[in-house]
Amino acid sequence: MLAFIARRLIATIPVLLFVAVFVFMLLRLTPGDPAAIIAGDNATADQVDAIRAKLGLDEPLLTQFMIWSGGVLSGDFGESFFFKKTVAELIAQRIEPTVMLSLCTIVLAVLIAVPVGVLAASRQGGWVDRIVMGFSVMGFSVPTFVIGYLLIYIFAIVLGWLPVQGYRRISEGFGDFIIRLIMPSVTLAVIYIALISRITRASVIETLGEDYIRTARAKGLPSRVVLLRHALRNAAVPIITVIGIGVALLIGGVVITESVYNIPGLGRLTVDAVLARDFPVIQIVIMMFSFAFVLINLVIDLAYSVLDPRIRY
Amino acid sequence: MSIVLENEVDAAAARAAAVVRPSIWVRLLRHPSVVIGGSIVLVMVLIGLCAPFLGTVPPAQIDPTTRNKKPGVEITVRQDDGSTVQRTVLMGTDSLGRDIYSRVLYGARVSLIVGFTVAAISISVGVFIGLLSGYIRWLDGIVMRIMDGLMAIPGILLAIGLVSLFRAGLGTVIFAIVVPEIPRVVRLVRSVVLTIREEPYVEAAISVGTPLHKILWRHVMPNTVAPVIVQGTFICASAVLAEAALSFLGIGIPTDTPTWGNIMAEGRQFFRVYPHNIFFPAIFLTLTVLAVNMLGDGLRDTLDPKMSKRV
Amino acid sequence: MAVTTNRPILDIRNLSIALPKGSDRPFAAEKVNFSVGSGEIVCLVGESGSGKSVIAQAVMGLLPKSLPVKGGEIRLEGEEIAHASEDRLRDLRCVRMAMIFQEPMTALNPVMTCGDQIDEVLRTHTKLEPQRRKDKIIRVFERVSMPDPPRIYDSYPHQLSGGQRQRVMIAMALVLEPVLLIADEPTTALDVTTQAQILELIKDIQREKGMGVLFITHDFGVVSDIAHRVAVLRLGELVEAGPTRDLLLRPKHPYSRMLISSVPSMLPAERARHDGAPTVLRTEKLTKVYGGGGLFQTARPVRAADDVNITVRRGESLGIVGESGSGKSTVARCIARLIDPTEGKVRLGDDDVALLPQRLLRRHRRRIQIVFQDPYRSLNPRRTVGESIIEGPMNFGASHAEAIKRARTLMETVRLDPEALDRYPHQFSGGQRQRICIARALAMEPEVLIADEAVSALDVSVQAQVLKLLDEIRERMNLAMLFITHDLRVAAQVCDEVAVMEKGKVVEYGPVADVFLRPQHAYTQALLAAAPGRDWEFGKFEAA
Repeated sequence: MLAFIARRLIATIPVLLFVAVFVFMLLRLTPGDPAAIIAGDNATADQVDAIRAKLGLDEPLLTQFMIWSGGVLSGDFGESFFFKKTVAELIAQRIEPTVMLSLCTIVLAVLIAVPVGVLAASRQGGWVDRIVMGFSVMGFSVPTFVIGYLLIYIFAIVLGWLPVQGYRRISEGFGDFIIRLIMPSVTLAVIYIALISRITRASVIETLGEDYIRTARAKGLPSRVVLLRHALRNAAVPIITVIGIGVALLIGGVVITESVYNIPGLGRLTVDAVLARDFPVIQIVIMMFSFAFVLINLVIDLAYSVLDPRIRY
Repeated sequence: MSIVLENEVDAAAARAAAVVRPSIWVRLLRHPSVVIGGSIVLVMVLIGLCAPFLGTVPPAQIDPTTRNKKPGVEITVRQDDGSTVQRTVLMGTDSLGRDIYSRVLYGARVSLIVGFTVAAISISVGVFIGLLSGYIRWLDGIVMRIMDGLMAIPGILLAIGLVSLFRAGLGTVIFAIVVPEIPRVVRLVRSVVLTIREEPYVEAAISVGTPLHKILWRHVMPNTVAPVIVQGTFICASAVLAEAALSFLGIGIPTDTPTWGNIMAEGRQFFRVYPHNIFFPAIFLTLTVLAVNMLGDGLRDTLDPKMSKRV
Repeated sequence: MAVTTNRPILDIRNLSIALPKGSDRPFAAEKVNFSVGSGEIVCLVGESGSGKSVIAQAVMGLLPKSLPVKGGEIRLEGEEIAHASEDRLRDLRCVRMAMIFQEPMTALNPVMTCGDQIDEVLRTHTKLEPQRRKDKIIRVFERVSMPDPPRIYDSYPHQLSGGQRQRVMIAMALVLEPVLLIADEPTTALDVTTQAQILELIKDIQREKGMGVLFITHDFGVVSDIAHRVAVLRLGELVEAGPTRDLLLRPKHPYSRMLISSVPSMLPAERARHDGAPTVLRTEKLTKVYGGGGLFQTARPVRAADDVNITVRRGESLGIVGESGSGKSTVARCIARLIDPTEGKVRLGDDDVALLPQRLLRRHRRRIQIVFQDPYRSLNPRRTVGESIIEGPMNFGASHAEAIKRARTLMETVRLDPEALDRYPHQFSGGQRQRICIARALAMEPEVLIADEAVSALDVSVQAQVLKLLDEIRERMNLAMLFITHDLRVAAQVCDEVAVMEKGKVVEYGPVADVFLRPQHAYTQALLAAAPGRDWEFGKFEAA
């Protein structure tokens, strides 16, 4: 088992390397002089030169990469030219809202989508099924920010039940924290729910067609047991696979949702950094999100072997 | 037509097999999702094409005197020759006095172009890479590593990264959206190829001496057509949404060319007071994406029911 | 022999089950009448599409809504159950009647332990405490001769062999001692030696408990071994039924007569000798090794084919027989260069094609052709059968017109209408498709024709025709034929010489009469002893 984990971890190294190289090359591939871009439009030639020296932009590419990745691995993420802080500080400040929002969303989405998908599968072709499929297509089709604005319009502006935007840290009061997280979570969860409920439904339907379901019925088991203990457990692997892959959608959605609701998280940071061409920040944030995505999927891979005894290594 | 039959079970099976299935076009047209989705898409394409003839004004035309008008209001427009004309702004005007109705109709053009182009390019590139990767083992290892790497970066971040490389513009946006979509097509095609490669009829073709390129073209590729078409429609929907997202974040297509995304982006500031800036383009965008998704669902049910299990 | 008490355990009267609209006939089963008494095994025999499985599932109430019972009754111990409520059926399942299925791998839930799956039955139908339940399960594992019951209890299905899985299924069916056991082709997917053990087990338990057994099969060998009575189904109709010996010796209905006549005999027929003919194909030390491990994985090489030496002369037919995992298919595919041998030689005349690189191999490809097992996947569904047949000749320079001409001739050779060349595969039955595949192979004018389990997926009557066709073709065109099969009867009928393989090695090799009548190797003897119906000589009956 440990050997398996070790093998999987090692297998992710080329992927992470790829991401690191991509991110590293971002700045260097931009047309124009990277140092000038970082320094901004109003910098003097001296300032540009200083930046060039500081970032070692005259060195051969490979050396630059080693220096940079060495720095990253030892915790030196560089400095943000726009925000005038170290990148590490920026991230520390902004990470909580993003993590909270993501966790809340994932929990919400799974708690809603899986039962709904199972229900639709057990009543395939009926009106419950059609409604679920209909909602799921809608969920894929409405852009996240439109949902965001819609919710704000209805619940904050017209009804006035919830605050319009903003974020409160947990440390400043749990009630406030939750209230402000409701709309963003729901907004973000919509597309995730659409995806998960669809795959749950498809997976359970396929499982219900398997031979061992017929055996289970031949044993005289009640249909609820057949559905939950036999079908769902076997349908689980594709479902959690999609939960993992869907995290990519989630990350994209986080960037947008934080913009709509003015939440000071990593997503907003990314956008601000791109608009300001603040490459040190862009690089580190993209890397962090990617690493998180890869790790989450690794955990999911490991979860397979818990769910399916055939996948034991 | 007589076929010599020597056995009754054979006869029964042959009878069953001879039952004629309706042609693929008829089946497609019978599926409600295909019909509804397809029609809406068609309407949107027509709107985009015929935008100049549908009562619009030049979408980039700024008029400080008619700023922020609510939908349905009548405005007075001063013509070049000094005369005035009354016009009803069906969808209101934005903060620079531009007519939202015109911008939305013209916006259909770019949004749809982005959608179709991204779908077409990502499918072509993806099929090509996927076919080769699925069939040639040593190539497969390298290609899949690269695809894994690309897929490790969440799509929108990859797009953001690519956009930050180049100046904003239609080409940049298309490129930025195409790149994250390619790995998914490659994966799909590759999995089809891996399955078909094991089929006895492919082995039979090998044993009668059919060369590799003919095997790929004649035996393997036709099996990829249906799933790829279905995937293509979903990519189109996803691309339209991606363009909107990029524009919303301010890194999409510059606003002198209206797209549904950047109309909404501009309308953010005054959303509380003038929601029409966001809602009209939102409706068009949602309707179009919904229609494309429905079309994709319908195509999948008709052409390739097995695909619904693939993620 | 047959022991019938007063009231039958299972009584099926006038049962009709409808098929959905658009099927080739209105009923899956039509007005079927038969019964199973306590203490007797009744075999329901038929070819594919006869409706035998549908009837079995109808008894248990497992049919989907698309196959409704349209008439008649099913009585279990006198109680009518065809129209019973789902609750009542659930109470009866596994308690009074139980069913075992064909594919034990897919019939068992892969994510639950075997013990747990049987425990479920006890939890649902009894009120025993956990320890009592476990004891009961261990006891029933012992009863089905399972080695090491506690380990099996905690094992998952994929960790067991096919025979063990089927024993688990049987244990699951018998744990509550039902009066009726329905077995739907339970041994068809098993190796012949395992099959013999499972059949013996079923016979044994049936005798001990006096159960009634309804045994679905298509194999008359099995029928002759275990059935007290037999019923023959054809396209949903019961055409004949009676005590086994009577029906096998004196079948009355033309269909039963035809079916029994189609069963190949275990006794090798008198074959012409081919001693003088030149050797066409010879393998020397042919070996294929799989596995080798990678990073972090221990190397566990598998010698799928090990030092195989065979010879086939022109006009001769060599059979390679063995169970699954014996390596017979591996050898065939190595010879046809669909996989690459690890070492050894494959001599075609003077040329050795075993390790030739692809571009040099190409011109030799036409000399060896292969017909595969699955007729439903051997033809590209998107191309007409004509296109499939002419593909090969055109690869080697034939013009379209020449190739079509050759295809038309070959269609006649395989007794199909040449006009059918522009139809698609789905418009043909399985047997017809297999003949098209033979035509495709012959279009290359090969020296060697390999039939890789080419008749295994066909019904017995269709199988007989295709075998006859292959024998004729071999004779007429003086081809060297390599016949891969697991079915000893097939080998006995169409092969001149036979090689028996076990775990990658050839353990016995010689003229078919010698090997079958005077087997030397222990494995060959075991194979022959296990063949169902080996003691029964199936007669040949003319159509009455």
